Amino acid sequence: MINSTRLMKNKSLVSIDDLSTDEILRILDLAAEFEINPVQNLLDKKVIATLFFEPSTRTRLSFESAINRLGGRVVGFSDASISSVSKGETLNDTIRTVNNYCDLIVMRHPIEGSARYASEISTVPVINAGDGANQHPTQTLLDLYSIRKTQDTLENLNIFMVGDLKYGRTVHSLMMAMSRWNATFNFISPEELKMPDEFKLYLENMGLKYYEHSDFTDIISRADIIYMTRVQRERFSDPMEYEKVKNIYVLRDEMLKNTKPNMRILHPLPRVNEIHINVDSNSKAYYFEQALNGVYTRQAILCTLLGIR
Amino acid sequence: MSRIMKEPKQLSVSAIENGTVIDHIPAKNLFKVIQILGLDRIDKQITFGTNLESKKLGKKAIIKISGVFFEDEDINRIALVAPDAKLNIIRDYEVVEKKVVEVPDTIVGIARCVNPKCITNFETVTTRFRVVSKKNVSLKCHYCEKITNQENLQII
Repeated sequence: MINSTRLMKNKSLVSIDDLSTDEILRILDLAAEFEINPVQNLLDKKVIATLFFEPSTRTRLSFESAINRLGGRVVGFSDASISSVSKGETLNDTIRTVNNYCDLIVMRHPIEGSARYASEISTVPVINAGDGANQHPTQTLLDLYSIRKTQDTLENLNIFMVGDLKYGRTVHSLMMAMSRWNATFNFISPEELKMPDEFKLYLENMGLKYYEHSDFTDIISRADIIYMTRVQRERFSDPMEYEKVKNIYVLRDEMLKNTKPNMRILHPLPRVNEIHINVDSNSKAYYFEQALNGVYTRQAILCTLLGIR
Repeated sequence: MSRIMKEPKQLSVSAIENGTVIDHIPAKNLFKVIQILGLDRIDKQITFGTNLESKKLGKKAIIKISGVFFEDEDINRIALVAPDAKLNIIRDYEVVEKKVVEVPDTIVGIARCVNPKCITNFETVTTRFRVVSKKNVSLKCHYCEKITNQENLQII
């Protein structure tokens, strides 16, 4: 197991598929160690660049928190308008310059495939913190960490995904990742935002079961995990359609009565109205702890890619 | 004209002394094949015929290139637009070898990614695809991971 971690040294993390199951589990184990002991001087004298070409709250702050708690230094920007990009610099030139200043690059960029491209140019490891609608592997890893922590296993779970299943990159990546552990999936979404065929085909080829629903009802009583996502107005070609569904895919406290005791509610955040605030005080609400787990998971990812742990 | 259309193969094969004849190109993709092989940039003698009758393809095209022999790697690049193409290698007016094209496992620098938000459509990046289906050509972009298929395939 240690060998697989060593193999990852100086590798980049662009897509969850870049990791073997063994490597994923190693990162989750390491994250559990950081949860017990989050303040360690493992990144002493290391400089990490956080290049956020588009806005982010949780991802950037949890990365910077993870780096600071490990004694590393952060350089970077959180708004492309204050970088040379606003002067017309290419991503190629930005990466070739910045990799001289740091030991690792964390990058969010609106263009899809930008992270893979950056990882090919860069002389230091690149962590993809989101490339447009494509990949966001550190979110997937923290989701996996949260699932394993709350369920004590990743095996044979019944995962309900609710909301925007068409455009949501987090649900796609999580679905692909959980398919490694024989999950059953239930997809609850409006017709316009159904899980795309290519992902359903993927599950069929894997021999995994999935069910699709348009009603958000007591079927959630079977769930081990409910993964909520935001239904965004701009995804609808017809505003009337949005008006029809905007209040249907809302989770309220009273809907949780018959759910399993082990069930937990996850959400990549930010939330708008899809989880009513009366759910927040329910012990099954886990989304804020999930955001905290992001720090431990990112500590584990940083140390793994730098070959420190 | 009708005689040529009935016997295009004999005519084309016998017409060059040394070189390559590429037959069974779908007529609509003739110019894509010319572009992929860079035939518009070489100074060799080239003749082509198009909209020839073909039982298999409906309308086919044929290209005769004097004094040029392709590596398999190069010729397989046309598989995206002419998967049924057949090559006759001619030496001293004789067909010395016949070849068929094979869709390679990866496609580098030939096709454009269909995703307008892909980095390859923003910066000078050589496109790279993994071929996920060879029959109805389907390409997965190495960068943005979106699928480009036969219908929306554009040659760079």
